[in-house]
Amino acid sequence: MSRPEEISPPEIFYGDTEASKYTSNSRIQTIQAQMTERALELLALPPDESAFLLDIGCGSGLSGEILDEEGHVWVGVDIAPSMLEVALEREVEGDLFLHDIGQGFGFRPGTFDGAISISVLQWLLNADSTSHSPSARLTRFFTTLHASLRNPSRAVFQFYPSSDDQVTMITAAAQRAGFGGGIVVDYPNSKKARKMYLCLMVGQQQPDQSRIPQGLQHEGQVDNKRDKARKRDEIQNERRRRRDDKAGQKRGKGGKVKGGQVNPKEWILKKKDLYRTRGKEGVPRDSKYTARKRRVQF
Amino acid sequence: MVRLITHNMLACHVRNCNKDNFPLIFSEVELVIRETPENLDFIRRFLPKLDWTALVDTARSLGDTTLPDEQPVEMTDDQLRALHHVLMEMHVEEGNMTCRGCGHVYPISNGIPNMLLAEHEVGR
Repeated sequence: MSRPEEISPPEIFYGDTEASKYTSNSRIQTIQAQMTERALELLALPPDESAFLLDIGCGSGLSGEILDEEGHVWVGVDIAPSMLEVALEREVEGDLFLHDIGQGFGFRPGTFDGAISISVLQWLLNADSTSHSPSARLTRFFTTLHASLRNPSRAVFQFYPSSDDQVTMITAAAQRAGFGGGIVVDYPNSKKARKMYLCLMVGQQQPDQSRIPQGLQHEGQVDNKRDKARKRDEIQNERRRRRDDKAGQKRGKGGKVKGGQVNPKEWILKKKDLYRTRGKEGVPRDSKYTARKRRVQF
Repeated sequence: MVRLITHNMLACHVRNCNKDNFPLIFSEVELVIRETPENLDFIRRFLPKLDWTALVDTARSLGDTTLPDEQPVEMTDDQLRALHHVLMEMHVEEGNMTCRGCGHVYPISNGIPNMLLAEHEVGR
Protein backbone atom coordinates (compact mmCIF):
# COMPACT_ATOMS: atom_id res chain seq x y z
CA MET A 1 0.00 0.00 0.00
CA SER A 2 1.35 3.40 -0.87
CA ARG A 3 1.53 5.94 1.88
CA PRO A 4 1.41 9.48 0.52
CA GLU A 5 1.62 10.92 4.03
CA GLU A 6 5.20 9.66 4.20
CA ILE A 7 6.18 11.47 1.01
CA SER A 8 5.38 15.10 1.68
CA PRO A 9 2.94 17.34 3.60
CA PRO A 10 -0.65 17.20 2.35
CA GLU A 11 -0.83 20.70 0.92
CA ILE A 12 2.24 19.95 -1.16
CA PHE A 13 1.52 16.34 -2.05
CA TYR A 14 -1.95 17.20 -3.32
CA GLY A 15 -0.74 19.82 -5.78
CA ASP A 16 -2.58 20.60 -9.00
CA THR A 17 -1.70 17.44 -10.89
CA GLU A 18 -2.16 15.07 -7.97
CA ALA A 19 -5.46 16.72 -7.05
CA SER A 20 -7.00 16.28 -10.48
CA LYS A 21 -5.51 12.78 -10.81
CA TYR A 22 -6.99 11.84 -7.44
CA THR A 23 -10.41 13.15 -8.30
CA SER A 24 -10.68 11.68 -11.78
CA ASN A 25 -9.50 8.22 -10.74
CA SER A 26 -12.61 6.06 -10.86
CA ARG A 27 -11.19 3.50 -8.45
CA ILE A 28 -10.55 6.13 -5.79
CA GLN A 29 -13.99 7.54 -6.48
CA THR A 30 -15.74 4.24 -5.79
CA ILE A 31 -13.69 3.48 -2.70
CA GLN A 32 -14.28 6.98 -1.34
CA ALA A 33 -17.99 6.69 -2.03
CA GLN A 34 -18.19 3.32 -0.32
CA MET A 35 -16.31 4.56 2.71
CA THR A 36 -18.43 7.69 2.93
CA GLU A 37 -21.61 5.66 2.83
CA ARG A 38 -20.29 3.36 5.50
CA ALA A 39 -19.23 6.34 7.61
CA LEU A 40 -22.70 7.82 7.26
CA GLU A 41 -24.16 4.51 8.34
CA LEU A 42 -21.92 4.53 11.41
CA LEU A 43 -22.92 8.11 12.10
CA ALA A 44 -26.46 6.84 12.74
CA LEU A 45 -28.21 10.11 12.02
CA PRO A 46 -31.98 10.23 12.41
CA PRO A 47 -33.48 9.01 9.12
CA ASP A 48 -35.06 11.39 6.58
CA GLU A 49 -33.75 14.52 8.21
CA SER A 50 -31.11 16.72 6.71
CA ALA A 51 -28.35 17.43 9.17
CA PHE A 52 -25.55 19.99 9.44
CA LEU A 53 -22.33 18.03 9.03
CA LEU A 54 -18.63 18.70 9.04
CA ASP A 55 -16.45 16.97 6.46
CA ILE A 56 -12.91 16.98 7.78
CA GLY A 57 -10.41 16.82 4.96
CA CYS A 58 -13.09 17.13 2.30
CA GLY A 59 -10.53 17.33 -0.49
CA SER A 60 -12.17 17.68 -3.86
CA GLY A 61 -15.59 16.94 -2.42
CA LEU A 62 -15.85 13.26 -3.35
CA SER A 63 -17.33 12.54 0.06
CA GLY A 64 -19.29 15.78 0.09
CA GLU A 65 -21.10 14.67 -3.04
CA ILE A 66 -22.54 11.71 -1.16
CA LEU A 67 -23.62 14.04 1.64
CA ASP A 68 -25.34 16.23 -0.97
CA GLU A 69 -27.17 13.22 -2.34
CA GLU A 70 -28.39 12.34 1.13
CA GLY A 71 -29.71 15.89 1.47
CA HIS A 72 -27.37 17.05 4.21
CA VAL A 73 -25.94 20.52 4.53
CA TRP A 74 -22.22 20.34 5.08
CA VAL A 75 -19.09 22.34 5.67
CA GLY A 76 -15.79 21.02 4.37
CA VAL A 77 -12.30 21.83 5.56
CA ASP A 78 -9.06 20.88 3.85
CA ILE A 79 -5.48 22.04 3.86
CA ALA A 80 -4.72 21.50 0.18
CA PRO A 81 -5.71 24.53 -1.92
CA SER A 82 -5.50 22.57 -5.17
CA MET A 83 -7.98 20.00 -3.91
CA LEU A 84 -10.38 22.78 -2.90
CA GLU A 85 -10.01 24.31 -6.33
CA VAL A 86 -11.05 21.04 -7.90
CA ALA A 87 -13.98 20.96 -5.49
CA LEU A 88 -15.00 24.44 -6.68
CA GLU A 89 -14.84 23.31 -10.28
CA ARG A 90 -17.03 20.37 -9.45
CA GLU A 91 -19.56 22.77 -7.92
CA VAL A 92 -20.17 20.95 -4.68
CA GLU A 93 -22.88 22.35 -2.45
CA GLY A 94 -21.00 22.67 0.83
CA ASP A 95 -19.02 25.59 2.17
CA LEU A 96 -15.29 25.07 1.82
CA PHE A 97 -12.56 26.22 4.16
CA LEU A 98 -8.81 26.26 3.77
CA HIS A 99 -7.92 25.04 7.21
CA ASP A 100 -5.24 23.06 9.01
CA ILE A 101 -7.18 20.72 11.28
CA GLY A 102 -4.17 20.40 13.56
CA GLN A 103 -4.66 24.06 14.48
CA GLY A 104 -8.12 23.37 15.86
CA PHE A 105 -11.53 24.61 14.82
CA GLY A 106 -13.16 27.92 15.57
CA PHE A 107 -16.74 26.76 15.30
CA ARG A 108 -19.18 27.69 18.02
CA PRO A 109 -20.10 25.01 20.56
CA GLY A 110 -22.77 22.57 19.46
CA THR A 111 -22.65 23.56 15.80
CA PHE A 112 -22.60 20.24 14.00
CA ASP A 113 -24.91 17.24 14.09
CA GLY A 114 -22.00 15.02 13.18
CA ALA A 115 -18.61 14.88 11.53
CA ILE A 116 -17.09 12.53 9.00
CA SER A 117 -13.57 12.27 7.74
CA ILE A 118 -12.29 9.92 5.06
CA SER A 119 -8.61 8.96 4.93
CA VAL A 120 -7.33 11.99 6.79
CA LEU A 121 -6.32 11.25 10.36
CA GLN A 122 -3.07 9.56 9.41
CA TRP A 123 -1.81 12.87 8.01
CA LEU A 124 -2.03 14.39 11.47
CA LEU A 125 0.54 11.96 12.79
CA ASN A 126 3.37 13.49 10.81
CA ALA A 127 5.43 16.40 11.97
CA ASP A 128 5.83 18.38 8.76
CA SER A 129 7.60 21.33 10.30
CA THR A 130 9.83 21.72 13.31
CA SER A 131 7.09 23.41 15.31
CA HIS A 132 4.65 20.55 14.72
CA SER A 133 4.08 18.12 17.51
CA PRO A 134 1.69 15.35 16.43
CA SER A 135 0.36 14.70 19.91
CA ALA A 136 -0.31 18.38 20.59
CA ARG A 137 -1.99 18.76 17.20
CA LEU A 138 -4.13 15.68 17.78
CA THR A 139 -5.19 16.97 21.18
CA ARG A 140 -6.01 20.41 19.82
CA PHE A 141 -7.95 18.84 16.95
CA PHE A 142 -10.02 16.51 19.10
CA THR A 143 -10.80 19.00 21.88
CA THR A 144 -11.99 21.72 19.50
CA LEU A 145 -13.94 19.16 17.47
CA HIS A 146 -15.56 17.81 20.62
CA ALA A 147 -16.66 21.32 21.52
CA SER A 148 -18.14 22.05 18.11
CA LEU A 149 -20.27 18.90 18.03
CA ARG A 150 -23.82 18.76 19.32
CA ASN A 151 -24.71 16.63 22.32
CA PRO A 152 -25.50 13.84 21.54
CA SER A 153 -23.79 13.23 18.23
CA ARG A 154 -21.07 11.19 16.60
CA ALA A 155 -17.94 11.64 14.57
CA VAL A 156 -16.69 8.91 12.26
CA PHE A 157 -13.16 8.85 10.90
CA GLN A 158 -11.92 6.38 8.34
CA PHE A 159 -8.15 6.25 8.46
CA TYR A 160 -5.12 4.18 7.51
CA PRO A 161 -2.85 3.73 10.52
CA SER A 162 0.59 2.38 9.71
CA SER A 163 1.04 0.74 13.11
CA ASP A 164 -0.85 -0.18 16.24
CA ASP A 165 0.98 2.56 18.11
CA GLN A 166 -0.69 5.12 15.89
CA VAL A 167 -4.10 3.66 16.66
CA THR A 168 -3.39 3.83 20.39
CA MET A 169 -2.12 7.39 20.08
CA ILE A 170 -5.22 8.53 18.22
CA THR A 171 -7.73 6.79 20.46
CA ALA A 172 -5.95 8.03 23.57
CA ALA A 173 -6.05 11.62 22.29
CA ALA A 174 -9.74 11.26 21.48
CA GLN A 175 -10.54 9.87 24.89
CA ARG A 176 -8.64 12.64 26.61
CA ALA A 177 -10.74 15.15 24.67
CA GLY A 178 -13.86 13.58 26.15
CA PHE A 179 -15.05 11.35 23.33
CA GLY A 180 -16.50 7.91 23.92
CA GLY A 181 -16.56 5.14 21.36
CA GLY A 182 -13.78 3.23 19.71
CA ILE A 183 -12.44 1.46 16.65
CA VAL A 184 -14.61 -0.42 14.19
CA VAL A 185 -12.78 -2.70 11.78
CA ASP A 186 -14.56 -3.77 8.61
CA TYR A 187 -13.48 -7.04 6.98
CA PRO A 188 -10.64 -7.57 9.47
CA ASN A 189 -9.41 -10.70 7.73
CA SER A 190 -9.12 -9.24 4.27
CA LYS A 191 -5.92 -7.60 3.19
CA LYS A 192 -7.51 -5.27 0.67
CA ALA A 193 -11.00 -4.58 1.95
CA ARG A 194 -9.92 -4.12 5.56
CA LYS A 195 -11.00 -0.66 6.66
CA MET A 196 -10.62 0.99 10.00
CA TYR A 197 -13.12 3.46 11.35
CA LEU A 198 -12.78 5.47 14.50
CA CYS A 199 -16.32 5.90 15.73
CA LEU A 200 -16.43 8.63 18.37
CA MET A 201 -19.44 9.59 20.43
CA VAL A 202 -20.25 12.84 22.16
CA GLY A 203 -22.46 12.79 25.23
CA GLN A 204 -25.12 10.29 26.11
CA GLN A 205 -26.26 8.31 23.08
CA GLN A 206 -29.65 6.76 22.54
CA PRO A 207 -29.81 3.60 24.65
CA ASP A 208 -30.03 1.34 21.60
CA GLN A 209 -27.06 3.06 19.97
CA SER A 210 -24.69 3.42 22.87
CA ARG A 211 -22.62 0.40 21.89
CA ILE A 212 -19.81 0.64 19.38
CA PRO A 213 -21.16 -0.74 16.11
CA GLN A 214 -19.91 -4.05 14.79
CA GLY A 215 -17.50 -4.18 11.88
CA LEU A 216 -18.63 -5.78 8.65
CA GLN A 217 -17.60 -9.34 7.85
CA HIS A 218 -17.28 -11.42 4.75
CA GLU A 219 -19.43 -14.51 4.73
CA GLY A 220 -17.95 -17.59 6.30
CA GLN A 221 -15.48 -15.75 8.45
CA VAL A 222 -15.13 -15.96 12.17
CA ASP A 223 -16.98 -13.22 13.88
CA ASN A 224 -15.08 -10.21 15.06
CA LYS A 225 -15.19 -10.79 18.79
CA ARG A 226 -14.02 -14.38 18.71
CA ASP A 227 -11.31 -13.45 16.27
CA LYS A 228 -10.07 -10.71 18.55
CA ALA A 229 -10.16 -13.01 21.59
CA ARG A 230 -8.15 -15.61 19.71
CA LYS A 231 -5.59 -13.05 18.66
CA ARG A 232 -5.30 -11.76 22.19
CA ASP A 233 -4.69 -15.32 23.44
CA GLU A 234 -1.99 -15.79 20.85
CA ILE A 235 -0.28 -12.60 21.87
CA GLN A 236 -0.43 -13.56 25.51
CA ASN A 237 1.03 -16.97 24.75
CA GLU A 238 3.79 -15.41 22.77
CA ARG A 239 4.62 -13.10 25.63
CA ARG A 240 4.78 -16.06 27.99
CA ARG A 241 6.98 -17.94 25.58
CA ARG A 242 9.34 -15.04 25.26
CA ARG A 243 9.50 -14.73 29.01
CA ASP A 244 10.22 -18.42 29.34
CA ASP A 245 12.90 -18.17 26.70
CA LYS A 246 14.57 -15.35 28.54
CA ALA A 247 14.41 -17.19 31.84
CA GLY A 248 15.92 -20.24 30.17
CA GLN A 249 18.76 -18.20 28.78
CA LYS A 250 19.55 -16.82 32.18
CA ARG A 251 19.58 -20.22 33.78
CA GLY A 252 22.42 -21.66 31.76
CA LYS A 253 24.50 -20.48 28.85
CA GLY A 254 23.62 -22.46 25.78
CA GLY A 255 22.26 -25.19 27.98
CA LYS A 256 18.74 -24.63 26.87
CA VAL A 257 18.52 -27.70 24.72
CA LYS A 258 21.02 -29.96 26.34
CA GLY A 259 20.28 -28.70 29.81
CA GLY A 260 17.80 -31.47 30.23
CA GLN A 261 14.62 -29.49 30.93
CA VAL A 262 13.38 -29.33 27.34
CA ASN A 263 13.78 -32.09 24.84
CA PRO A 264 14.88 -31.11 21.36
CA LYS A 265 11.68 -32.12 19.61
CA GLU A 266 9.51 -30.03 21.89
CA TRP A 267 11.85 -27.12 21.51
CA ILE A 268 11.74 -27.28 17.72
CA LEU A 269 7.96 -27.63 17.70
CA LYS A 270 7.71 -24.64 19.95
CA LYS A 271 9.94 -22.57 17.72
CA LYS A 272 8.00 -23.53 14.62
CA ASP A 273 4.78 -22.67 16.35
CA LEU A 274 6.19 -19.30 17.31
CA TYR A 275 7.22 -18.56 13.72
CA ARG A 276 3.76 -19.51 12.52
CA THR A 277 2.06 -17.17 14.98
CA ARG A 278 4.39 -14.44 13.88
CA GLY A 279 3.31 -15.09 10.34
CA LYS A 280 6.69 -16.17 9.04
CA GLU A 281 6.47 -17.89 5.68
CA GLY A 282 7.93 -21.23 4.73
CA VAL A 283 7.89 -22.88 8.13
CA PRO A 284 8.07 -26.65 7.44
CA ARG A 285 5.13 -28.85 8.35
CA ASP A 286 5.23 -30.91 11.54
CA SER A 287 5.54 -34.64 10.94
CA LYS A 288 6.88 -37.73 12.64
CA TYR A 289 10.29 -36.90 11.14
CA THR A 290 10.42 -33.53 12.84
CA ALA A 291 13.56 -33.12 14.93
CA ARG A 292 14.91 -36.55 13.99
CA LYS A 293 18.55 -36.94 13.18
CA ARG A 294 19.46 -37.65 9.58
CA ARG A 295 20.57 -41.18 8.92
CA VAL A 296 24.31 -41.46 8.31
CA GLN A 297 24.80 -41.85 4.59
CA PHE A 298 27.81 -43.35 2.80
CA MET B 1 -18.97 30.23 -0.94
CA VAL B 2 -19.21 31.39 2.63
CA ARG B 3 -22.88 31.18 3.41
CA LEU B 4 -24.24 33.03 6.38
CA ILE B 5 -25.30 29.73 7.95
CA THR B 6 -21.63 28.85 8.27
CA HIS B 7 -20.56 32.35 9.11
CA ASN B 8 -23.02 32.34 11.99
CA MET B 9 -21.21 29.33 13.42
CA LEU B 10 -17.72 30.66 12.93
CA ALA B 11 -15.69 32.27 15.67
CA CYS B 12 -12.06 33.32 15.67
CA HIS B 13 -9.73 30.54 16.80
CA VAL B 14 -6.54 32.45 17.39
CA ARG B 15 -4.82 31.63 20.66
CA ASN B 16 -6.18 33.46 23.71
CA CYS B 17 -8.77 35.26 21.63
CA ASN B 18 -11.84 34.66 23.77
CA LYS B 19 -13.50 38.06 23.88
CA ASP B 20 -15.47 39.53 21.00
CA ASN B 21 -14.34 36.71 18.76
CA PHE B 22 -17.81 36.27 17.29
CA PRO B 23 -19.13 37.18 14.79
CA LEU B 24 -16.36 37.91 12.33
CA ILE B 25 -16.94 41.17 10.51
CA PHE B 26 -17.15 41.15 6.72
CA SER B 27 -15.40 43.82 4.69
CA GLU B 28 -14.79 44.48 0.98
CA VAL B 29 -17.39 41.88 0.21
CA GLU B 30 -18.34 40.54 -3.18
CA LEU B 31 -21.75 38.95 -2.80
CA VAL B 32 -23.33 36.34 -5.05
CA ILE B 33 -26.88 35.07 -4.77
CA ARG B 34 -27.35 31.44 -5.78
CA GLU B 35 -30.79 29.94 -5.62
CA THR B 36 -31.01 26.71 -3.68
CA PRO B 37 -33.99 24.45 -3.13
CA GLU B 38 -35.83 25.28 0.07
CA ASN B 39 -35.70 22.98 3.03
CA LEU B 40 -37.78 24.78 5.63
CA ASP B 41 -37.77 21.82 8.02
CA PHE B 42 -34.01 21.99 8.19
CA ILE B 43 -34.12 25.73 8.83
CA ARG B 44 -36.72 25.24 11.54
CA ARG B 45 -34.56 22.65 13.27
CA PHE B 46 -31.55 24.88 12.88
CA LEU B 47 -33.17 27.86 14.62
CA PRO B 48 -32.01 27.10 18.19
CA LYS B 49 -28.40 27.03 17.06
CA LEU B 50 -28.51 30.45 15.44
CA ASP B 51 -27.24 33.57 17.11
CA TRP B 52 -30.02 35.87 15.93
CA THR B 53 -28.49 39.28 16.67
CA ALA B 54 -25.23 38.32 15.01
CA LEU B 55 -27.14 37.03 11.99
CA VAL B 56 -29.29 40.14 11.63
CA ASP B 57 -26.30 42.46 12.04
CA THR B 58 -24.30 40.54 9.44
CA ALA B 59 -27.22 40.38 7.01
CA ARG B 60 -27.74 44.14 7.32
CA SER B 61 -24.05 44.82 6.79
CA LEU B 62 -24.42 42.84 3.57
CA GLY B 63 -27.48 44.86 2.56
CA ASP B 64 -30.30 42.48 3.38
CA THR B 65 -32.91 43.96 5.70
CA THR B 66 -35.65 41.36 5.51
CA LEU B 67 -35.04 39.97 8.99
CA PRO B 68 -36.71 41.49 12.08
CA ASP B 69 -34.65 42.79 15.01
CA GLU B 70 -36.02 40.30 17.49
CA GLN B 71 -36.26 36.60 16.77
CA PRO B 72 -39.98 35.85 16.36
CA VAL B 73 -41.27 33.20 18.76
CA GLU B 74 -43.28 31.48 16.05
CA MET B 75 -41.83 31.74 12.57
CA THR B 76 -44.27 32.05 9.70
CA ASP B 77 -43.43 30.37 6.43
CA ASP B 78 -42.65 33.71 4.84
CA GLN B 79 -40.19 34.54 7.58
CA LEU B 80 -38.62 31.12 7.20
CA ARG B 81 -38.28 31.75 3.49
CA ALA B 82 -36.56 35.06 4.15
CA LEU B 83 -34.30 33.26 6.58
CA HIS B 84 -33.57 30.59 4.00
CA HIS B 85 -32.57 33.28 1.54
CA VAL B 86 -30.23 34.89 4.05
CA LEU B 87 -28.73 31.67 5.37
CA MET B 88 -28.41 29.51 2.30
CA GLU B 89 -28.45 31.69 -0.79
CA MET B 90 -26.16 34.57 0.03
CA HIS B 91 -22.61 33.56 -0.81
CA VAL B 92 -19.64 35.75 -0.05
CA GLU B 93 -17.17 35.15 -2.85
CA GLU B 94 -14.44 37.64 -2.10
CA GLY B 95 -13.57 39.82 0.85
CA ASN B 96 -12.22 39.68 4.36
CA MET B 97 -13.47 38.48 7.69
CA THR B 98 -12.01 40.36 10.61
CA CYS B 99 -12.09 39.36 14.26
CA ARG B 100 -13.14 42.22 16.52
CA GLY B 101 -11.22 40.79 19.45
CA CYS B 102 -7.72 40.24 18.11
CA GLY B 103 -7.96 41.86 14.69
CA HIS B 104 -6.96 38.74 12.79
CA VAL B 105 -8.03 38.95 9.16
CA TYR B 106 -9.27 35.85 7.39
CA PRO B 107 -9.16 36.61 3.67
CA ILE B 108 -11.76 35.03 1.40
CA SER B 109 -10.66 34.42 -2.13
CA ASN B 110 -12.59 32.56 -4.78
CA GLY B 111 -15.21 31.71 -2.19
CA ILE B 112 -12.77 29.92 0.09
CA PRO B 113 -11.78 31.56 3.35
CA ASN B 114 -8.22 31.05 4.44
CA MET B 115 -8.40 29.94 8.05
CA LEU B 116 -4.72 29.06 8.38
CA LEU B 117 -2.96 30.58 11.36
CA ALA B 118 0.65 31.49 11.84
CA GLU B 119 2.49 29.25 14.26
CA HIS B 120 2.39 31.71 17.17
CA GLU B 121 -1.37 32.11 16.83
CA VAL B 122 -2.19 28.45 17.21
CA GLY B 123 -3.93 27.67 20.47
CA ARG B 124 -3.01 24.77 22.69
